[in-house]
Amino acid sequence: MPVITYREALNQALDEEMARDESVFLIGEEVGEYNGAYKVSKGLLDKYGPKRVIDTPITELGFTGIGVGAAMVGLRPVVEWMTHNFALLALDQVVNNAAKMRYMSGGQFKLPIVFRGPNGPAEYLASQHSQALQTYWTHVPGLKVVAPATPYDAKGLLKSAIRDDNPVVVLEGELMYAWKGEVPEGEYLVPIGKADVKREGTDVTVVTYSKPLKVVQEAAELCAQEGIQVEIVDLRTLRPLDEETVYRSVRKTNRAVVVDESWPMVSVGSHVAWLISRNCFDVLDAQVELVASEDIPMPYNHTLELAAQPSVTKVVAAVKKVLYLGE
Amino acid sequence: MAKELNKNLLKKMLYDMMLIRHFEEKAGQMYGLKKIGGFCHLYNGEEAVAVGSVAAIDLKKDYILTGYRDHGHALACGMDPKGIMAELFGKITGCSRGKGGSMHLFDAEKHFLGGNGIVGAQIPIATGVAFAQKYRNDGGVTLCFFGDGAIHQGAFHESLNMAKIWNLPIVYICENNQWGMGTNFRKVSSVDDFSLLGTAYGIPGKQINGMDVIEVYQEVSKAVDQARESGLPSLLEARTYRYKGHSMSDPAKYRTREEVEEYRKQDPILILKDKLMQEGIVTEKEYEKYDSQIQAIVDEAVEFAEKSEEPALHTMYEDILVD
Ligand SMILES: Cc1ncc(C[n+]2csc(CCOP(=O)(O)OP(=O)(O)O)c2C)c(N)n1
Ligand SMILES: [Mg+2]
Repeated sequence: MPVITYREALNQALDEEMARDESVFLIGEEVGEYNGAYKVSKGLLDKYGPKRVIDTPITELGFTGIGVGAAMVGLRPVVEWMTHNFALLALDQVVNNAAKMRYMSGGQFKLPIVFRGPNGPAEYLASQHSQALQTYWTHVPGLKVVAPATPYDAKGLLKSAIRDDNPVVVLEGELMYAWKGEVPEGEYLVPIGKADVKREGTDVTVVTYSKPLKVVQEAAELCAQEGIQVEIVDLRTLRPLDEETVYRSVRKTNRAVVVDESWPMVSVGSHVAWLISRNCFDVLDAQVELVASEDIPMPYNHTLELAAQPSVTKVVAAVKKVLYLGE
Repeated sequence: MAKELNKNLLKKMLYDMMLIRHFEEKAGQMYGLKKIGGFCHLYNGEEAVAVGSVAAIDLKKDYILTGYRDHGHALACGMDPKGIMAELFGKITGCSRGKGGSMHLFDAEKHFLGGNGIVGAQIPIATGVAFAQKYRNDGGVTLCFFGDGAIHQGAFHESLNMAKIWNLPIVYICENNQWGMGTNFRKVSSVDDFSLLGTAYGIPGKQINGMDVIEVYQEVSKAVDQARESGLPSLLEARTYRYKGHSMSDPAKYRTREEVEEYRKQDPILILKDKLMQEGIVTEKEYEKYDSQIQAIVDEAVEFAEKSEEPALHTMYEDILVD
């Protein structure tokens, strides 16, 4: 099977869906002539022309709203945000409009729109550029939210998002764009709303999604060397949440750790941890642990910024904690 | 009326532009050595805008805000190169204690209010600073810098309207360096002349040559006087050029070498240097003395940054809220 990057996988998804459906277009800052700030849209302007690959001024609120309007009357916009930090300027159009039009109109409209871009910290970018903002989107009924962590999932989920008749927010990651993985040739979709067991194990379930998957996989390797078999559930979609896959795993292992790179308070991670605590109460052999980022804006200094995020050490410690293996 | 140009001021402006140029060259080198990370936006080529503007204000009562391309403005405000370099290195001795990095230089005492990473975010904030100046009637003026890319954000348009209806003492200075990342300003703007964008709000606008520090100084002085005396906001478009890529990671393939060379011929430092030499205000020897002094200052800044401590782990929990 071909091995490609996460970036190339997203590019293939965009390319295939644009070829398949004339009403799909890509709009955002630097998506055309510059081939994307992170090169996700490389080559698409050449192939589809400026009518369908549209460079905008730096106007997040405006071009996101333009996407919403175009979607209300039947186009299928893919709105690229250079990063989710800048999407905060467009929060209003997503939360007040994209997520509400169908409901407020009593079901008269559908909004087949995708909002996508890198989310979460990269390196040395300080407080305004290093935020994992998934809670902002996942909080809102009327949206779907996907967070692929592998090239395979990235391609399959983006294609599903573009074909979905609802607004879908896609969380990518600057550091993930270069990650490599197997992606089959030819058409496939990854369904929205389905989690994936990325590693089978019997002792502890670790639930995660997006970039921390790699940290969790490394931690699982280390644990395996000590005879601890970790099962990894990758949520892949945050809304709607595939609770059943999570519970099935926890019912098998009786222990759960949730790893989420956003802040701990009112996060996707804290919500999932609560769901497990409530719905798997009878089978849990330990309290559910949450490994999140520190509850602080991101500092620029590299040592501090690494210390602020979930790490292999923190995940291993949490796994041992739910196994009552004190250090 | 053009402001009096005394010799010392002219020399100081030359010196300050040279300091910025050397500092930026050094910052670029340090980035190459991985002493600095992340986004680092250099100001080479645009020195005249910050230097000429700051020369026109009184930082005891006036304020300055800009975006992430902020090293030049910080230096022009008289911030210590050591504290800036240490900030770029992420050290505890940095002006923002290693928390902000290149995009988030601040100095409350020097009235330099950042350093902002969100394109256009400083425009309403600067307008709010001018609001407070008017509220207190303290005679202060705010200078707000932003790029040709930032001018299209709603924040700009909302701010100008409010500045006008409330007569706020602010000068909006658009540093049109022709490019917003890889996008030429003409491609994403309904008008090529940004000075027109004030007219809808009844705010006078003017295009000025941002490569000529004397012109910048004189025009900003006029605008500042108007703001101070009559509470009239204004908009200046300073035409300038950035020599380097958008940030250290941008190879700038979207423009030709000829374009860059063309602007280098109008280099703000060379223009002023030639003029001052012709007029006998600065000699070649003095210029060389400035050069070596500045070299030493910048080297010292690197040494200071290098030797400074990393912030202790617990400092990351500090400075979030006032206790
Ligand atoms: C709200 C927001 N959108 C996008 C970005 C990414 N970005 C950073 S700088 C920049 C270009 C800005 O160009 P301009 O205003 O001309 O300033 P210059 O870099 O030329 O000084 C972009 C798109 C950002 N930081 N903030
Ligand atoms: Mg610009």
